Amino acid sequence: MESYALLLAATLNAGTVLALASLGLLINEKVGIVNLGAEGMMLCAAIAGFATVVTTGSDTLGFMAGMAAGAGLAAIFGVLVIWLNTNQYATGLALTLFGTGFSAFVGTSFVQARIPERASFAIPGLADIPLVGPALFRHHPLVYVTVLLALALVWFMYRTRSGLIMRSVGESPESAHALGYPVRRIRLAAVVAGGALCGLAGAYISIIYTPLWVEGMVAGKGWIALALTTFATWRPARVLLGAYLFGGVTMLQFHLQGIGVDVPSQFLSMLPYLATILVLAIISRNPQWIRINMPASIGKPFYPGG
Amino acid sequence: MLKLEARPEPSKVWTYASPLLALTITVLIGTLMFAALGKDPVKGLQMFFWLPIQSGYAWGELLVKATPLLIIALGLAVCFRSNVWNIGAEGQYIIGAIFAAGVALLAEPGTGAWIVVPILLAGVLGGMLWAGVTALLRDRFHANEILVSLMLVYVAVQLLSYLVGGPWKDPMGFNFPQSKTFDAVTRIPRLFTGSRVSIGVFFALLGVVGLWVFLFRTRAGFSLQVGGLAPAAARYAGFSSRKALWTALLISGGAAGLAGALEVAGPIGQLTTSVPAGYGFAAIIVAYVGRLHPVGMVLSALLMSMFYIGGELAQSRLGLTKSLTGVFQGLLLFSLLACDTLVNYRLVMRKSRSK
Repeated sequence: MESYALLLAATLNAGTVLALASLGLLINEKVGIVNLGAEGMMLCAAIAGFATVVTTGSDTLGFMAGMAAGAGLAAIFGVLVIWLNTNQYATGLALTLFGTGFSAFVGTSFVQARIPERASFAIPGLADIPLVGPALFRHHPLVYVTVLLALALVWFMYRTRSGLIMRSVGESPESAHALGYPVRRIRLAAVVAGGALCGLAGAYISIIYTPLWVEGMVAGKGWIALALTTFATWRPARVLLGAYLFGGVTMLQFHLQGIGVDVPSQFLSMLPYLATILVLAIISRNPQWIRINMPASIGKPFYPGG
Repeated sequence: MLKLEARPEPSKVWTYASPLLALTITVLIGTLMFAALGKDPVKGLQMFFWLPIQSGYAWGELLVKATPLLIIALGLAVCFRSNVWNIGAEGQYIIGAIFAAGVALLAEPGTGAWIVVPILLAGVLGGMLWAGVTALLRDRFHANEILVSLMLVYVAVQLLSYLVGGPWKDPMGFNFPQSKTFDAVTRIPRLFTGSRVSIGVFFALLGVVGLWVFLFRTRAGFSLQVGGLAPAAARYAGFSSRKALWTALLISGGAAGLAGALEVAGPIGQLTTSVPAGYGFAAIIVAYVGRLHPVGMVLSALLMSMFYIGGELAQSRLGLTKSLTGVFQGLLLFSLLACDTLVNYRLVMRKSRSK
């Protein structure tokens, strides 16, 4: 039983990374922008966050550095795709290729660095409940913030006027433009906000999840986060659930190894990627359903009067 | 304020000038980066743009790296022209290398040189198979090919790691994750003594001609591109988008697999975890910078090969890291995409009106 509690705890931890990044990408896609640069932004944010914690000793500054790195890169991407009308897929790929190289380049001097052991987190009282405590109440505060964030996003997108405007930009930028909304600025704001969240996810990886720096340590989580928005049919609450599900699959490999399942570790390491493929295939099976839920202008450039 | 205004027709001049401008911007940013690191920018740029072309041997090395890049990029150009986003060429390359290695490991001292043919064919087959998974999932289940092909890269990496760490591990290899060195007879024939350039160069050049003919002189190539540019028009003309999907993915997968086979049985000579060198991703940049045109990609493959060699030189001579290669590659693609705006738009001075 104890080990299942720990598995659940690890699942929430891994799911938080995916949820943060995927919520960020959801914000992007809701205004019609697909950012394939997620992996690159997360890597740059991971090294930015880690380097900041190593030099200043402050986790908060580390998270802020990660968010700044993500937001900064997203802003460059945004200007390119929104004002210069570059192809979103190609530009996102360029961002990932650049980010992968740049993070490895900047990170060389931090490969050996370690950050000090931090006090474990616990919610007083609740953390001491047997089984439930270790599973649910001994996490980094960001794990709980992520849940609140998803709920806040639901409220923002479906209960506020700004959220309605944001969604309208994604559904029909032409109509939003005709109504006088600054479509391109709204898109840029969403792209930057999404980048900041991807950055936060990246920083969480290198500061809390596996507190060290290794080249390419995001290991495809940015891509899985991209798949999650489709999986969730662009709904924030479903993104959160999907993220925990995939976090669970990621952790399952360690659990299976732990209980001595006789399968080569490499096959267990394939699980998250295979699961992503499988889920994508199942979810996309009905193109009608995807089309109804998908923001209509996704991937398409918008040029006022052009 | 500067504004963009759509051109009535794409600018011919900028089609050619934009890659050059992008390269200039990349070099400028590179100079700033070297300066910021406290390294002599002139020395740094020498590693990337002069040393790789200063001698006959250096040119050979340039071709060795340009060959797989070009072969993969040729295949990707078919995909991108038909609007199929195969970004998992790296995985198809790995599986091609694995299949080729499987055949190469069967060779014995008595085996004839004909073994090279099945090695290459196995590579092509492996790459096609891996790309075929993406095609199948896209065709049958509408699964996004970007994500599927990319996820398959990670799967391929794990599969490679399993093989060289398990069933194919060299018993005499001091427990390193690598297969035994292939028998000498499996080596892809080289062109000259004293250089590592192999017959792979011919495959690449053959590919250039083949792609040119396919794209510009065949009905299949034409219908594929119409499907990419105007799906509705292609449907109306009765061109099958499913056929285009399969053709594009199988061609690019086969090309990537061939590149993998040429590498593993060529310069590397054994299957190791260091087979994936990022060629599959760099080839995406090669394809774009070369404008998806067979001849353009020859030039961009050479350029990207310079970046690879420059990165290695910067590591061994300046004590910088090899990952500089990736930085330059990414920068180049970024600046190219930005500069390409000038092909379809012109900059004009105008008062700001629309937001």
